[in-house]
Amino acid sequence: MARQYEPIASAPSTPAKSPTHPPSRLKSLSRIMVSSRKSTVGVIIFLFFVLMALFAPLVAPYSPTSTAFSANLSPSFAHLFGTTAQGQDIFSQFVYGARTTLLVGLGAGLLATVLSLLIGITAGYRGGWIDTILNFLSNIFLVLPGLALLILIESYVHQSSPAFNGLIIGLTGWAWGARVFRSQTMTLAQRDFITAAKLSGASNLRIMVSEIMPNMTSIIASNIMYACLAAILAESGLAFLGLENVNSVSWGTMLYWASQGDAMLTGAWWWFVPPGLGIALVGLSLVLMNYAMDQLTNPRLRELSRRQRRMPHA
Amino acid sequence: MRYLMQKVVFFLVSLWAAMTLNFVLPRMLPGNPALAMFAKFQGQLNPEALRALKLEFGFSNQPVWLQYLNYLKNMLTLHWGLSYTYFPTPVLTVIEHSLPWTLGLVGITTLIAVVLGTILGIYIAWRRNGILDTTLPVSTMFLQAMPYFWTGTLLLFLFAFRYHWFPLGHAYSPNVMPGWNTPFVMSVLRHSILPAITIFLGSASGWIIGMRNNMINTLGEDYVVFAEAKGVSNWRLMTRYAARNAILPQITSFALAMGLIVSGSILTEEVFSYPGIGFQLTNAVLSQDLPLIQSAFLIIAVAVLLVNILVDFLYIRLDPRVGTRGGVK
Repeated sequence: MARQYEPIASAPSTPAKSPTHPPSRLKSLSRIMVSSRKSTVGVIIFLFFVLMALFAPLVAPYSPTSTAFSANLSPSFAHLFGTTAQGQDIFSQFVYGARTTLLVGLGAGLLATVLSLLIGITAGYRGGWIDTILNFLSNIFLVLPGLALLILIESYVHQSSPAFNGLIIGLTGWAWGARVFRSQTMTLAQRDFITAAKLSGASNLRIMVSEIMPNMTSIIASNIMYACLAAILAESGLAFLGLENVNSVSWGTMLYWASQGDAMLTGAWWWFVPPGLGIALVGLSLVLMNYAMDQLTNPRLRELSRRQRRMPHA
Repeated sequence: MRYLMQKVVFFLVSLWAAMTLNFVLPRMLPGNPALAMFAKFQGQLNPEALRALKLEFGFSNQPVWLQYLNYLKNMLTLHWGLSYTYFPTPVLTVIEHSLPWTLGLVGITTLIAVVLGTILGIYIAWRRNGILDTTLPVSTMFLQAMPYFWTGTLLLFLFAFRYHWFPLGHAYSPNVMPGWNTPFVMSVLRHSILPAITIFLGSASGWIIGMRNNMINTLGEDYVVFAEAKGVSNWRLMTRYAARNAILPQITSFALAMGLIVSGSILTEEVFSYPGIGFQLTNAVLSQDLPLIQSAFLIIAVAVLLVNILVDFLYIRLDPRVGTRGGVK
């Protein structure tokens, strides 16, 4: 939930050599991702959970909603993570919960990023009164406390579906990205290649989409990761508070039921540890993958690290 | 001066936006959920009281703009109605009783997190690539990716249920008399430690990493290099030359982070049944207490806005360039 901080600069053990002619975008992206150990670990964790979510029906031994088992079992071979107070298999819930949580989190993160791109680039490129209004709007959304706003909306929509929660998280979570994209666009808009594009008769929309956007790919990617992290935390927070349909299976609702079912009083740590750990690991993987993005976004920090090494202060 | 004016205007407009959201939201959604909530309390309140409540929240047969003006007036003059859950306690009293808990818990914890995080950030940037610098950012980032409510749950389980080192929740033990006496103060402290650790763990990472990055930036500046060449002592170089300038961006982050810290504390209060404003907000939502929902949201928004404007004012004192730049884009 810390999109406001500048991404950390990693000190790459093997500095990423930027090829003079990258073979293809996808190839260079995958090269960047494995360029540092941290981001490689991030990619592995992330893929692990994505695959688990994709193949949930194959991975999960039982239906996540089936209450056919004895209640409050501790972990065993039949029930890897034990069972809930309602007699549901926690491991199956965990696997299916990854689906909901990842889908909602990634969806909301992408939605927020698309909105921030629309608003940020428009504001930065058009300037004038459009910029004044859009910037003011993003500043307001930036200072209004996010979760409180979401809770306020939830209070009028009862037992909303995870998809609805993703929607409102995306619709309210674009402000920070918009601010970053706006300032980036403002610096880009004064460069020569934009002037050249203008002179060649390219339309404003074309310049924004095919000239400005490709030049901030790494910032966009980094923003997607932080937006997804924030969305996952927000969604599970809402679900934990019981503001999401409590019959849906997500990591947040699992934690809600664990606290409702007095998992703590009965000492059933296997009930509330897995879903929280899942959230934390997915979050960590997003943060780690962002390391790779920093090598592109923040060359200044990279450059300094070399100078620093030549001339250590301590 | 122009900068100050801009900030004040922004504060007022944001305040207006928060109040308007409160007014518009229940009317925007299909079936007017607010009226449904009122209907739910039909039997419990006498008709007169219910009518008065509706009027206070601007629900009447008047045209919408008149309802809106009435509503704004009531909000500004602190006529926030009666809480359903704590009927017939005025919402204002409920807020008055819960706000100090949140302010104390979140305020003190944040202060500690900022100071400690900043110091750690300075240190690990100075010892770049040292042991702490390679381990601390990653481990704190893992803590940051952990949802507040889960961190809280784990702490509660380990240190309250398993080992009984700390109480299970609430702000103070029922056996002590609230007031300025030692047992009460000790009880409050004991009850606040676990929630405070939760908030600290969730927010410290940002301060450490933010400060580290700022420090690395300033350490590379020419004036620092020159000072080192000149033979300024290491301590002086680290504190007076680099850290002093690197702290400024931290203050901007502080204003922005406030919203996140408040969000985290809402969840933390829920886990520990800590009777702060976030706890009231969640409970109000679950028990459909419309007046309390609206007021709790408003007071949280106002608190965050106030911190923001205070930081802006402080910034002028710390960075004289800001005030004289004229407009800030």
